[in-house]
Amino acid sequence: MSTDTVDEIRTTVPVGAVYAPGSRLDWSEALVPGDVVLDERVAPNAPWSAVVRAGDVLTIVDVGGNQSADCLMFNAHDPSERYSVPDTLAWQGNAYVREGTVLRSGLGHPLMTVVGNEIDRQDTIGGACSKESNTLRYGHHTAYQHGCRENFLAEASRHGLTSRDLVSNLNWFMNVPVEADGALGIVDGLSAPGRRVAIRADMDVLVIVSNCPQMNNPCNEFNPTPLRMIVTRSEDTDR
Amino acid sequence: MVGTRDTASVLAARADARAQGANVSDWMPYLPAATSPFAPHGVDPSTLVWAETVAPGGYTHKVVARGTRLRLEDVTGDACAHVLVFNALEPWERLNVADTQKIPWQAYLGVGHPLLSGEGRVLATVVADTSARHDAFCGTSSDEWNVVKYGDAAPQGPSPSGRAQFTLAGVKHGLTPRDLPPSVSFFQGVRVEDDGALAWQGSAGPGTYVDLVAEMPLIVLVANVPHPLDPRTDYVVGPLRVHAWRTAPSSPADEHYGASPERERAYLNTTDYLEARGL
Repeated sequence: MSTDTVDEIRTTVPVGAVYAPGSRLDWSEALVPGDVVLDERVAPNAPWSAVVRAGDVLTIVDVGGNQSADCLMFNAHDPSERYSVPDTLAWQGNAYVREGTVLRSGLGHPLMTVVGNEIDRQDTIGGACSKESNTLRYGHHTAYQHGCRENFLAEASRHGLTSRDLVSNLNWFMNVPVEADGALGIVDGLSAPGRRVAIRADMDVLVIVSNCPQMNNPCNEFNPTPLRMIVTRSEDTDR
Repeated sequence: MVGTRDTASVLAARADARAQGANVSDWMPYLPAATSPFAPHGVDPSTLVWAETVAPGGYTHKVVARGTRLRLEDVTGDACAHVLVFNALEPWERLNVADTQKIPWQAYLGVGHPLLSGEGRVLATVVADTSARHDAFCGTSSDEWNVVKYGDAAPQGPSPSGRAQFTLAGVKHGLTPRDLPPSVSFFQGVRVEDDGALAWQGSAGPGTYVDLVAEMPLIVLVANVPHPLDPRTDYVVGPLRVHAWRTAPSSPADEHYGASPERERAYLNTTDYLEARGL
């Protein structure tokens, strides 16, 4: 076997979501000051995970603009404690996530807090896309396509977690309004290249993100782009 | 002797225990279900498979067959039925509130609304609703919430949390806290205002009911606890009446089956799954 890098192959796998050549990308930088302890780029369609230590701040950069970053959080030491949409919403009495929102677990405990936010509001109602739900939303011809649930399951399995551990999630940079009659849906985004959100870990938190591969609705502006994940630590949280 | 009761010997204690069997309480299961004193009008009692009044702060649970119609009734106007449903065959398939709101393009539960799993299938369908005051945003109460609001959350205490009751109900079917996703609740409405504020509606008054039809074999968990946003500082929740009877799952003859392309494909997926299993 040659160990040479295979830089290009022919494949018969259907082409997944790709962003258009010439798309404007702004990699930006951390939203809060501090020493950078992690700085990674997430390719379009790909999953990502990391443990963010209590007190550290995770900046997520929407590099290409209006790229949904589907996100789940777990207590890193006991992942049966995990992010809870209803607890987060009921405690704050509001359906949208903004600066100051405390992201709570199903036990009501703060997992993370939004400490910086450069778009009007973030979504936590719309959930994740999946191969299965795509068949309902768009038709069975989409069943072969990749989805966030696939990313969540694959990344979660690296941490010993299964579908039992997946719950309703957050979608950074996605826009899901609820209208007066209850009509709800994913509409054009409120973000732009280089916009950021910063979330501070209130305990040691395992964060799993799916860089959403959906190509059937505007959650990615029909142009899936990269994300940048930066974890910073400020001196007063060193330990 | 203890007071007027003779329980000094085994035989006397046995007689004392057995003499209690005919007692009734305001909250109890009725067995067989056909003997329910509160059987729904128009339902042949011989088709009943579940009849029960759930105590304030209490919970109930059952595995029901595909095609079972489940009625939840808010007797006093103060019940709040927090509900979780699971595919009884593969319980890691379970209620997914996000898909339940997103796929029908509708946040508020009402007649015809499917309760969807994360597997692109329908677990149950809302087939009747005289309340129209429900909520799929706030879930149920946690221990943390009830301790802050009422000072206690223990299942045996004066203000049990919904999560504590779901935990107990789930364990009786081999489910653990990992298996408890966000839940929906019936009879105490919440609406979302323009700025996202969650506005409390409360109930539609006494005597309303919601019917669900099981589209596959289901584990049903129900916790009857105050809605998290209930503005009352006291722990106020009424009794919840539960009846279930044998009917048929949704079919193309039902108006809701083809009410939208998304829903129709969800029923198709469900039938596809069940038929392959020989169900």
